[in-house]
Amino acid sequence: MFAGLRTGGVADLDPSPRAMRYTDVGRVRDAAEPVLRLENVTLRYATPDRLITAIHRVSFHMRERDRLILLGPSGCGKSSLLKAVGGFIRPDEGSIRLKGREITRPGPDRMMVFQDFEQLLPWKTVIGNVASALFVSRRWTRAAALERAHAALAKVGLTRCATDYPHTLSGGMKQRVAIARAMAMEPEILLMDEPYAALDALTRRNMQDELLELWRDLPFTLLFVTHSIEEAILIGSRIIVLSPHPGRIRAHYDCDRLDHAAQGGEAFRSLHLRIHELLFTPEGESSCR
Amino acid sequence: MSLNLPLDPAAGRPGMGTDDLAREPVVVLRPRSAWRRLWDSTAFRRAVILLVLALCWEGYGRLLHDPLLFPPLSATLAAMADGVRDGTLLDRTATSLRVLAAGYCAGVVAAIVLTSLAVSTRIGSDLVATLTAMFNPLPAVALLPLALLWFGLGMPSLVFVIVHSVLWPLALNAYSGFLSVPETQRMVGRNIGLRGVAYIALILIPAAFPSILAGLKIGWAFAWRTLIAAELVFGVSARSGGLGWFIFENRNNLQTENVFAGLLTVVLIGLIVDSVFFRTIEALTVRRWGTAAT
Repeated sequence: MFAGLRTGGVADLDPSPRAMRYTDVGRVRDAAEPVLRLENVTLRYATPDRLITAIHRVSFHMRERDRLILLGPSGCGKSSLLKAVGGFIRPDEGSIRLKGREITRPGPDRMMVFQDFEQLLPWKTVIGNVASALFVSRRWTRAAALERAHAALAKVGLTRCATDYPHTLSGGMKQRVAIARAMAMEPEILLMDEPYAALDALTRRNMQDELLELWRDLPFTLLFVTHSIEEAILIGSRIIVLSPHPGRIRAHYDCDRLDHAAQGGEAFRSLHLRIHELLFTPEGESSCR
Repeated sequence: MSLNLPLDPAAGRPGMGTDDLAREPVVVLRPRSAWRRLWDSTAFRRAVILLVLALCWEGYGRLLHDPLLFPPLSATLAAMADGVRDGTLLDRTATSLRVLAAGYCAGVVAAIVLTSLAVSTRIGSDLVATLTAMFNPLPAVALLPLALLWFGLGMPSLVFVIVHSVLWPLALNAYSGFLSVPETQRMVGRNIGLRGVAYIALILIPAAFPSILAGLKIGWAFAWRTLIAAELVFGVSARSGGLGWFIFENRNNLQTENVFAGLLTVVLIGLIVDSVFFRTIEALTVRRWGTAAT
């Protein structure tokens, strides 16, 4: 019905239209080997008197240059899932592999951008925040790190603020610095945890456009968590909708080419409506028309 | 589209309103008067207060005309100059500062050990919480009799009470500083690959630094007061006593202007350390970072 828009129920979870051949070691030999592969991941967390399952047997994978959105209501465990990919939480079951290697701890190959403005280190200048992250990861010398940091700041349009301390920046500027820091590290995958949720509507829209601009400039692999359907459709090339209590994959959509220009269009509104209905209809009832 | 002239004259000249506004001169920046700017300077206002206080002191001292009870400022300053000239005041100050430095450093080291213990294990944190809750309200001077019993008259007893006065407030502040490091900053540190000592040195300590600095300041103030008070009780070990002893000795000799000179020295050193030393550190760190507590 809609070009470039494919929907599926719970049964249609595999985003890949290509058949994949598994070798004896279980690694995929394909032209585009998945960057990230989650298999039956279950996450639990403990409160003083009970063990709560936040994510229940979630599997998906991402290829290079994917912009995958985890969308769901609060409490669906989408942030926990992102933190698990970041290596901050170990899955209780299942496995998370980055380019075939099991994720056991946080690392600079999975840079994370948080919602919280406190993610910039207040004791370092803007340039210091970016450069020290590069230097600390030991992949660049001090001089090279500084040069890369300047280039990254120029990309997000913050060259003028390089020597300012973070507390003098606006919320949007702080998020831009965090994105510059993350991208300068050249991670295998960029993780973003509702990075624009605390911004005003105008800034948010600009930042969304900027992010897509950066992606067009130099495509990266992006895993993005949000609770905004609109943001999901705008930014994502694929959307995974999670249901809450416990977090499970509810549906999977392809939505490439739906950007701000397409926002008023039929395809955009139709997809928005579908996801909206899916999120606000209890599981079990049919949301398809 | 109509070719007729519009009835509303303003509608025919849509730019008129804005043009008029642009032509009218608007003063955007207006320099404030020199006096206003001077009065807005905190340093100036404080200097005025100091001057007024000095005048009151001098005036009341002269009015009273009883140098035994209340010598005027001029007599106090003269006594101070004498003390500096013949070396006794400087000598006493140096003795006090030496003891203070030893005790302060020992207290800081003990606080570092205690805080490391508190942040690394749960039982360590319970231990530190219990100890600080117990000893923080206990005035250090109250331990002096015990210190005299254990260490005898002399420097070790003074160092002991100073350690006590620095250790608990510093450990308490540093520990709560480490606890309140934002989770996001911890995650950022681990994200860029920091672990172990590098993680503590590059993330935890700078993030907790505002609290650590507050602890150092409180510890300094406690230590300085404790030292002077302890020296008043017994300041003389061997030949040289400290500033507290200088004050006590001169009171016994009824040389009140020397007592005032000693007190003024105590105040001055306190002011210098607080508003020069700590203020400079603050200006270079927490104020620049925007993380100052006040």
